[in-house]
Amino acid sequence: MFRRNLIAAAVTLAFVLPPPASAQDAELAKIRDEIKQMKDAYEKRIQNLEKRLSEAEAKAGKAEATASKAEQSAANAESAASSATAARGGENAFNPATSLILQGAYARTSQDPNRFQITGFAPSGGEVGPPRRSFGLGESELIVSANIDPYFRGVAIAALAPEGGATVEEAYFQTLALPQGLGLKGGRFFSGLGYLNEQHQHAWDFQDAPLVYKAFLGNQLRQDGVQLKWVAPTDLFVELGAELSAGDQFPGSDRNKNGIGGSAAFANLGGDIGASTAWRAGVSYLSMAPNGRAYTDTDSAGGSVTNTYTGNAKMWGVNGVLKWSPNGNSTYNSFKLQGEYFRLRQSGALTYDDTAQAAPMFNARFTDYFQTDQSGWYLQGVWQFYPRWRVGYRYDALRYGTVSNGIVSNALGPTAADFPLLASHRPTRNTLMLDWSPTEFSRIRLQFASDKSRLGRTDNQAFVQYIYSLGAHGAHKF
Amino acid sequence: MNSPLRFVLLILMWLAAQPALAALSIFACTPEWGALAKELVGDKANIYVATTALQDPHRIEARPSLIARARSADLVVCTGAQLEIGWLPLVLTQAGNAKIQVGQPGYFEASRYAVMLEVPAVVDRSQGDIHPGGNPHIHLDPRNIAKIAVALSERMAQLDPPQADSYRARTKAFLERWQQATVRWEKEGAPLKGMTVVGYHKNMSYLNQWLGIREIGSLEPKPGLPPTTAHMSELLARLAKSPAKAVVRSAYNDPRAAEWLAENAKIPVVTLAFTVGGTDRAKDLFGLYDDTLARLLAVAK
Repeated sequence: MFRRNLIAAAVTLAFVLPPPASAQDAELAKIRDEIKQMKDAYEKRIQNLEKRLSEAEAKAGKAEATASKAEQSAANAESAASSATAARGGENAFNPATSLILQGAYARTSQDPNRFQITGFAPSGGEVGPPRRSFGLGESELIVSANIDPYFRGVAIAALAPEGGATVEEAYFQTLALPQGLGLKGGRFFSGLGYLNEQHQHAWDFQDAPLVYKAFLGNQLRQDGVQLKWVAPTDLFVELGAELSAGDQFPGSDRNKNGIGGSAAFANLGGDIGASTAWRAGVSYLSMAPNGRAYTDTDSAGGSVTNTYTGNAKMWGVNGVLKWSPNGNSTYNSFKLQGEYFRLRQSGALTYDDTAQAAPMFNARFTDYFQTDQSGWYLQGVWQFYPRWRVGYRYDALRYGTVSNGIVSNALGPTAADFPLLASHRPTRNTLMLDWSPTEFSRIRLQFASDKSRLGRTDNQAFVQYIYSLGAHGAHKF
Repeated sequence: MNSPLRFVLLILMWLAAQPALAALSIFACTPEWGALAKELVGDKANIYVATTALQDPHRIEARPSLIARARSADLVVCTGAQLEIGWLPLVLTQAGNAKIQVGQPGYFEASRYAVMLEVPAVVDRSQGDIHPGGNPHIHLDPRNIAKIAVALSERMAQLDPPQADSYRARTKAFLERWQQATVRWEKEGAPLKGMTVVGYHKNMSYLNQWLGIREIGSLEPKPGLPPTTAHMSELLARLAKSPAKAVVRSAYNDPRAAEWLAENAKIPVVTLAFTVGGTDRAKDLFGLYDDTLARLLAVAK
C-alpha cells in the first residue's frame, strides 16, 4: 500500500513538478521555440494574405461596379443601335440616296433675253439664252441614286422647270460587276464627250454654258442609248469610251428610223504631276444623222420661215483641265485651268419653207445642198484666293468658218438676207465671276459678262446666282 | 471569220487570259491605312496611298490618277463612316473594277471594327460637317488599330490564300509589338491625363479619349466651318476663365488661326502629324504615336 502511494506520489510529482533540465529537454525547448517562430511567421503571412485578399476584393468590387456601368452604357448603346436598326430595318431600309438642288438668280441684261441668238450658227434648240430679267427661279434638280443589286446601279436626275413641268435630265443604269475595267451605262445620260458635258449646271464654275456648247450641243448633249467605257490597267489614267444612241438631240434630230441615229467615241488621259497638280485631257468624236432637223428663221420681209436640214453632222473636239493646289490641299488656295475646242462639219440638204405664212414671198419649198464647217473654243481659269472665295474668268470665241448654202448660191429664190441667222459673224464673250461658298453645299455667285453673240449688239449681263444642295452628299466629277 | 473580227477576238481572249498578279494590290484611302497594311504585308504587296498627311481628308476629289489606281486594286482599305463620301463612291463606280465595289471582299471599311465615338443624336447639316456614323478619325486610338489589324489581316488572307500564313505570322508579330508599345505609351502618357487643350477640327477625339486629354474648345465654330474672328474672340474670353495648356492643330491645317489664338492666350501651339507622314518622325504607325506623345508631353509640364 505504501509502495502504491509512493508510486502515485512520484507520478503526480512527475506531472506537477517541472521536468528536470536535461539535453533532451533543451532540444524540446528549441523545437517548441521553432514551432512558435514558424507559427508567428505563418500568422504574419496569413495576415498579409488576408489583407491583400481584402484589398483585391475591394478592387474587384470597384471593377465590378465600373464593369456594370460599362455594361449598362453598352446596353444603352445597344438599345439605341437596335432602335436605329429597327428604324433601318423597316420598309425604307433600301431607300435611295436623294438630294435636291435649289437654284435661282437675279439677272440684269442690256439686251432682251428672249431675243438671244448666236448669229452665224443654226439654233441648237436648247435653253441657251440668259435667265430672265429680275428675280427668277432656276431649275431645281432632284437626284435619286442607289445600287439596284450587285450588278447594277441606277441614277435619275429630274429637272423641275420654274415655268412648270419636269424634264428627265438623266435616268440611267450602270454596271458594277463587268470584268476587265469595262463599264456599261444605258438609258438617258449626258454624253461623255468633252469635259464640261457630263457635269450638271449646278456644278459649273459659271452660271451658263460656254458659247461653243450653246451653239453645237444645245447647252449639253443628252444621249438616249448606251455607253461602254474601258479603263486601262495602267498607272496613267487611260479611258476609252463609245456611245450608240437614237441621235435625237442637236446636232441630230428625232428621226423615226430604225437603227442607230448617233454615235460618239472619246478617249481621256489623266494623271498627277507631283502632289499638287492633277490633269485630264481628252479627244472626242460625235457623228449624228439628222433627218428633218428644223429651226425657225425670219425672211427679209419679216415673216417666219422653217428651215429643215437632213444630212450628217460630225464633230470632233479636244479638251483639257488642270487643277493645282498647294500639296494637293484645296482648303486655302487652288487654281483650275480648263479649255475645250470643237469643230462641227455638216453636209446634207436644207429645205426653205415659207408656206405657213399668211402672205409669203415665195409660197414654196426650196431644197438644195447645205454644208458647214464651223468651230469654237473657250478657255477659263478659276482661282481660289482665300478659303471659300473664288474668282474666275472665261473667254469664248466661235469661228464662222464656211457655210455653203445651195439655195442661195444656185439662186433658187431666197437670198442670203432670207437666212439672217446664218449671217457671217464671229461671236465672242468675256465673262468674269466671283463666288463665295460657305460650305461645299452652298454657293453664291456674282457674274458679269459682255456677250457679243448677236450680230451688231453687245449684251452686258450681270447675275447674282445662288446654288444650294440638300440631302445626300453627291460626289462631283473631277 | 474575217481578219479584223479575228483580231478583236484574239485581243479579248488575251485580256481574259491575263493571270492575276502575284502580289496583292492594295489601294489605301489615307496614309494610316497604308502604313497599317505595310506592317501586315511587308514587301509582299503593292500599296498605293491615295492621299497624303498634308491634305485635308474632307476635300479630296476623284481625280484620274485615283481612278486608274483603283482599276487595278484587289483591295481598297478606307475608313468609311462617310469620311471619303466626297470622292470614293465616284472612284468606285468609274474604275471598272468589280472586285472593290461596296459589299465585295475587296472593299474594307476600317470603321466597322472600331468603337465609334460621338455618334450624333441629331443628324443635321446645321450642326456642321458631322458624320452620322460617328467621328471617323478613328486611327489615333491604338486599341482601334489593334482591332482593325486583326480584321484586315483576315481579309487579306481571304483575298490572297497562298500568302495567308505569311500575313497571319506578320500580324501576330505586329500585334505583339503593338501591345507592348501601347502599354509603354499609356505609361509615358500618364502626365497628359486631364490636360486641357484647344483643338482645330474635332479630329483628335480618339486620342483625347484614350489619354484622358480634355478638349475645351475648338478653332472651328462647327466642324468643317473655318475659324472666324468672332468665334476666336469668344474662345479667348473662355480661355481667360478656364485656361488650356496648348492649342493643338494637325499638319494639314493652316497655322495662322492657331498661332493667333496661342499668341493672345499666351499658350504654345502643338502641331501634330495627325497621320503617318505628317512630320519627319511619323514615318510609320509607331513613329506617329511616339511623335504625337512626345510633342504633347513637351507642353504638358
